[in-house]
Amino acid sequence: MALSKAAVAKRKRLTIVVIALVLLAAAAALILSAMRDTVMFFHSPSDVVARLADPAGNLGDRKFRLGGLVEEGSVQKLDDGLTTAFSVTDGPEAIKVRFTGHLPDLFREGQGIVAEGRMQDGVFIADDVLAKHDETYMPPEVADALKKSGHWKDEDGSYPAQPQHQTP
Amino acid sequence: MMIATFAPEIGHFALVLTLALALLQATLPLYGAARNNTALMALARPLAVTQVLFVAISFAALTIAYIVSDFSLTVVASNSHTAKPMLYKISGVWGNHEGSLLLWILILAVFGAAVALFGRMLPMPFRARALAVQAMITVGFLLFTLLTSNPFDRLDPAAVEGIGLNPLLQDPGLAFHPPFLYLGYVGFSIAFSFAIAALIEGKVDPAWARWVRPWTLMAWVFLTIGIALGSWWAYYELGWGGWWFWDPVENASFMPWLAGTALLHSAIVVEKRDSLKSWTILLAIITFSFSLLGTFLVRSGVLTSVHAFATDPARGVFILAFLIVVVGGSLALYAFRANSLTPGGLFEPISREGALILNNLLLSTAAVTVLIGTLYPLFLDVVTGEKGTVGPPYFNGVFIPLMAPLIAAMGIGPLLTWKRADLKAAFQRLIAVAIITVVVLLVLMIWIGGVSPLAALGFALGVWLVAASIGEWMIRVGVRDGAGLWGRIRRLPRAHWGMTLAHLGLGVFVLGVAGVGAWEDERLAVMKVGESQTISGYTFTLTDVKPVPGPNYTALQGVFTVTDNAKQIAILRPESRTYVNPPMATTEAAIYPMALRDLYAVIGESAAPGAWSVRLYIKPLQGWLWIGVLIMALGGVVSLTDRRYRIGAPQRRSMIKDPTPSAQPVASE
Repeated sequence: MALSKAAVAKRKRLTIVVIALVLLAAAAALILSAMRDTVMFFHSPSDVVARLADPAGNLGDRKFRLGGLVEEGSVQKLDDGLTTAFSVTDGPEAIKVRFTGHLPDLFREGQGIVAEGRMQDGVFIADDVLAKHDETYMPPEVADALKKSGHWKDEDGSYPAQPQHQTP
Repeated sequence: MMIATFAPEIGHFALVLTLALALLQATLPLYGAARNNTALMALARPLAVTQVLFVAISFAALTIAYIVSDFSLTVVASNSHTAKPMLYKISGVWGNHEGSLLLWILILAVFGAAVALFGRMLPMPFRARALAVQAMITVGFLLFTLLTSNPFDRLDPAAVEGIGLNPLLQDPGLAFHPPFLYLGYVGFSIAFSFAIAALIEGKVDPAWARWVRPWTLMAWVFLTIGIALGSWWAYYELGWGGWWFWDPVENASFMPWLAGTALLHSAIVVEKRDSLKSWTILLAIITFSFSLLGTFLVRSGVLTSVHAFATDPARGVFILAFLIVVVGGSLALYAFRANSLTPGGLFEPISREGALILNNLLLSTAAVTVLIGTLYPLFLDVVTGEKGTVGPPYFNGVFIPLMAPLIAAMGIGPLLTWKRADLKAAFQRLIAVAIITVVVLLVLMIWIGGVSPLAALGFALGVWLVAASIGEWMIRVGVRDGAGLWGRIRRLPRAHWGMTLAHLGLGVFVLGVAGVGAWEDERLAVMKVGESQTISGYTFTLTDVKPVPGPNYTALQGVFTVTDNAKQIAILRPESRTYVNPPMATTEAAIYPMALRDLYAVIGESAAPGAWSVRLYIKPLQGWLWIGVLIMALGGVVSLTDRRYRIGAPQRRSMIKDPTPSAQPVASE
């Protein structure tokens, strides 16, 4: 049974390599299973309308992010004092949104926002509303969505692409 | 006033001179080391020291521009304001892209000069090479700053008044968050430079590990504090009471932390056993690459993130190219040279070094999973054109299963001996610890009840780690060995104290995470003055809502009286602030920290005449989370004071036969 020194060395290295491989495989399995269900997709209002009309639209009751501009004149406080109803639009389409809780400091009509939640009976029930912490800031997905729908107003400077503030 | 007027030109000029110095430092000493030319090698030190002087002048010039509100500078005009408090005028220097780069360069230069001044014991060729590599990084960052993000760019005509600093950033926690973070990021550049120098020389030995360890440790301490400051800021400033969001920018700072922690531990194996050498070199390269990637992610705004306010493709392309050169170049050098490193000693899987390898495997796997989750949205966008985000469910789902075995193993690892250990004996010494863990868990289940399995796991791991760290310390100093205990406690090496504290701190941190995760209570309500809400046994009464003036904002302040069984505990004064420049509203949470829980209140907009929407939280063990991190950082500081980094350490021994004398099977550390 006496193994040469080199053989022992080889076996020990092998042990470590095997442990490393097992760990990597386990991590890969974890990643794949976790990734499948946790990616939250971003949809613009037009996107949502198209997907709702399409039986294979695949929106289901999955959580997703809805982004666009808060439609002018749509913000309404409901009677409980905590729930806000408003519409998010990208120009051609608008989706009704309902959110219970504190809206971000920068939330206002005409401002770009991203809301997290799911569709329920044609209304987007948001768990969270994110307005970025900058006056001039437009969330990139919202900017893309607006460009796609042809409502990007870069030329007249309404939605400056270049924000002025950054976190350090 | 003369100096203030020309400060930007002086600063700009100093920066260009620094570039020239850095170019010299990046080439001449390297050439000298290759040719064994002492004069050229000796140039590295004065160059590194002169460089820091010029960067300091440049940084001071920019700071003066902020202090005197010189709005002829673009960065000052778009980030400062005359009415801003002085602290934020100064922290505004690095509260933006251009200034933060200058801070990065300043810290880089300071670290380089520190190596030049304090690394006297380093062999000259090694020091020359390391400083040359350090200067190459400086050159990259200087070019980036001067070409794409010059803080001294003039604005013509000058602005009359500045736009102001984002009010969310006007906060003491955030004023110091970037400097600490950068001290951490940049500190790892030393480990990187040392690793590249070692690769060039084709030689890594225990002495190398001793040289690199204090720098890595220092960087780790700074990064730990920097991340904690950012997390603390998010906790009280963003008003959601969350402390970690797995936001890409948070991940950007967390990845180098994970890799750096692995590096600290693998360097111990190099130092004690002259083994695991090429892996440690690779880790040093990876850790600094993560630091650069962190900068890239934050600065390019390539990822959707709460933090990534900036999008500037020119800068992004430059950083990407820089990243490719540094990471690709160093990995290529590694692939080319790693084989020339002599393989080290061998050991059994069940041993101290075996445990440290497990630590490294788990930490680096964790870093990779964070990397994948952070970059996945990018791949998704490029490949499918779909936009998506990877949120906490992914990270928690992947991270917790990796951290749980790590923390469990952390209790046992320090009790294992080098080379070959007896796992059963180590377990037996921890029986008391295991019993304590089970008892505490049972008490939690029976008395308090309603703890989720995940929280129970968290508590079990936290208690286990705290008890095992204390238990290991007691065994090490021989609490039961009678007389001479005080002497043994005093003689315990500082590095060992450091380890005990850092592990203990992590245990306390885990308890905090589990506590706030298990028992957090939240209430969203509309309240009128005089009304009360009771949450987790605490009664919050809104006694007043009044306007309060601030230096550059006006605030609406709510006054809550909190009582527990009719006994008054605290008065909380959350504010809803409206800043003037830039016009923006922020919510200032009011927090009353207690030993076992934080009381947390936020006041929002008016819901109806005379009524306000409020959010109230009870955050159990939240304070433990911060204290745990502080203990970890303290452990790092204590370890830095270990005497072997001060005396005797740097001598490179030509022959290392057995780094751990057999007379001391249980080496410290």
